[in-house]
Amino acid sequence: MSLIFIQLLNGLQSGLLIFLAASGLTLVFGILGVINLSHGSFYMLGAYLALTLTGIFGDVFLALAFGIPLAFLCGFLIEFLFIRHLYNRDHLQQVLLTFALILIFNEFQQVVWGSYPHAIPAPSYLADSVRLTEGLSYPVYRLALMAICLALALAMGLVIQKTRVGRLIRAAESNREMVEVLGFDSRMIFRLVFAAGTALAVTAGMLAAPIESAYPGVGDRVLILSFVIVVIGGIGSIRGAFIGSLLIGLADAFGKVFMPQFSSVMIYALMALVLVMRPTGLFGRT
Amino acid sequence: MISRRHLLSMGVSAGAASAFGSCASYAQSGPLKIGVLLPFSGTYAPLGEAITRSLELYTNSHGGKLAGRSVSFIKVDDESAPPKATELTTKLIKGEKADILIGTVHSGVAMAMVKIAREDGIPTIVPNAGADIITRAMCAENVFRTSFANSQIGRATGDSMIKAGLRKAVTVSWKYAAGEEMVGGFKKAFAAGQGEILKDITIPFPDVEFQSALAEIASLKPDCVYVFFSGGGALKFIKDYAAAKLGIPLWGPGFLTDGVEAEAGAAGDGIKTVLHYVGDLDNPENRNFVDAFQQAYKIPPDVFAVQGWDAAQLLDIGLKAVDGDVAKRTQLNAAMAAASFNSPRGPFKLSSSHNPVQNFYLRELKGGKNNYLGLAAAAIADDTVGCKLV
Repeated sequence: MSLIFIQLLNGLQSGLLIFLAASGLTLVFGILGVINLSHGSFYMLGAYLALTLTGIFGDVFLALAFGIPLAFLCGFLIEFLFIRHLYNRDHLQQVLLTFALILIFNEFQQVVWGSYPHAIPAPSYLADSVRLTEGLSYPVYRLALMAICLALALAMGLVIQKTRVGRLIRAAESNREMVEVLGFDSRMIFRLVFAAGTALAVTAGMLAAPIESAYPGVGDRVLILSFVIVVIGGIGSIRGAFIGSLLIGLADAFGKVFMPQFSSVMIYALMALVLVMRPTGLFGRT
Repeated sequence: MISRRHLLSMGVSAGAASAFGSCASYAQSGPLKIGVLLPFSGTYAPLGEAITRSLELYTNSHGGKLAGRSVSFIKVDDESAPPKATELTTKLIKGEKADILIGTVHSGVAMAMVKIAREDGIPTIVPNAGADIITRAMCAENVFRTSFANSQIGRATGDSMIKAGLRKAVTVSWKYAAGEEMVGGFKKAFAAGQGEILKDITIPFPDVEFQSALAEIASLKPDCVYVFFSGGGALKFIKDYAAAKLGIPLWGPGFLTDGVEAEAGAAGDGIKTVLHYVGDLDNPENRNFVDAFQQAYKIPPDVFAVQGWDAAQLLDIGLKAVDGDVAKRTQLNAAMAAASFNSPRGPFKLSSSHNPVQNFYLRELKGGKNNYLGLAAAAIADDTVGCKLV
């Protein structure tokens, strides 16, 4: 019984964290129509950014305060330099360019931070663990992480549903031409969305750093999981990404304990099941 | 960067090849060409670098010569990519006409490399890759290993855990070849000592989500946990394990902690590991080696550097037996097979399948450093099952 409770907690926690990265990917994919393979690299850069900035500021949340604007700016620049040339081109060219970005970011990471793994300390006031069951404790930082991710998810939902910017983003997603006809600069909307997507991946990487550590390839798994979630939730749907992330997190956590021999295919089986029942994903438009 | 490095090393060697390419026979006049196939990029780059540094340190400390012949290293980055191994090995042997082959770190690459080396007959030294099969079914007269076999470390660790009075274990590792061998060797030794394995928890490689495993360990209540991960996965496991406050002793092969000692910090305190080397071993060879390495590269050597150093020592003994004439492969191989010398890790000799017969040491991580606790097992050899040399 306690094992089920603990796995529920584990599944929710990993699902909420991966949601941050997946929501960024679904925005970029859904609104810009760009397959961004370098999304996992942004997560990886986030983890290393947390390493460096936590070293300077001493607290990962302070690091976050500097890291998020920096990430937003980087995303803005990358869209301006590279991504904007990809709209209206076929997916192969998008894949080639964003794959090249992966190679560049990986080499950058090697040169700047080297290939040994690095630990990032959790803030001292969250460094302890709380006793869950007899014999097992749960790190407070993971609990805090769940709260933070949940808050960010709510905020994101509010922005998308209730604000003018959110309405514009939704409009641009469903009909780009119409938005332009109405006099809005869709290029700027796209640039902001890409920057936001980048910032989300970096934020996820930075928040995860104290539990994940920073090492080469830390973002690889995130990229694959994010794509699975985007497919499950429906391309471009934040709500879909949220539900999809929780499903993936829970399926993975329970799969590992109750069907260990199938744990590595669990999430893909889930994806296949969703695709059979709803080919456009849970919240995708048909 | 990868291709630039690759080109760079090939460029240097191409120069060497054109200068000496005309010598069809293995004349003793030109420099000895040692093909070095190691990872110089990617996750394993630091390991490749440590091994290379030792090879160069050894030759430099002998006036740049081995058995009276000057040496040129032809370095090729294998990128730890098994699909490229066949082509790169062939290039070193046929294209560069290397006399000796040294490589590599990644077991998949090493197996492809050894396969070609066996056919060609080129004297070959493996300075790291631990796949059991290299000195079991794939063993050959011309293939030598100066590192370890995965099962060998697992066995030594299992022995030492039995000696420490532990009887109920849970194992955790990635589900891949090295993990299975490290766990397999451990289970054999642990069961032989009347120990009981409660459960083998495997995690898909390279997944690093360990919370489920920790929850299971807590519910199984073993009296010890045997774990093998490396690199980022090892660091994360150590931190997660400490945060779960299970209060169960954590053991593993030395590779669990090597390279992440300082990063693990307080979370690593008390982890006991077994390996064929520890930095503060007190013997004259180790003191000299550590001093020389420290002086040359400003960092202390690790176990990979020791394995590279011994590859050079072993080769030197073989070359001296034939006065540097690498054409005498049979005598060269025989001399290396019979070699016995003092390594920084202690006495070194080879088993009949050419894997080191060596001491294993018990170490405890404390304050970001592995401390030597004592001898875990003396002169342990790996099984030679499947080796036709035996």
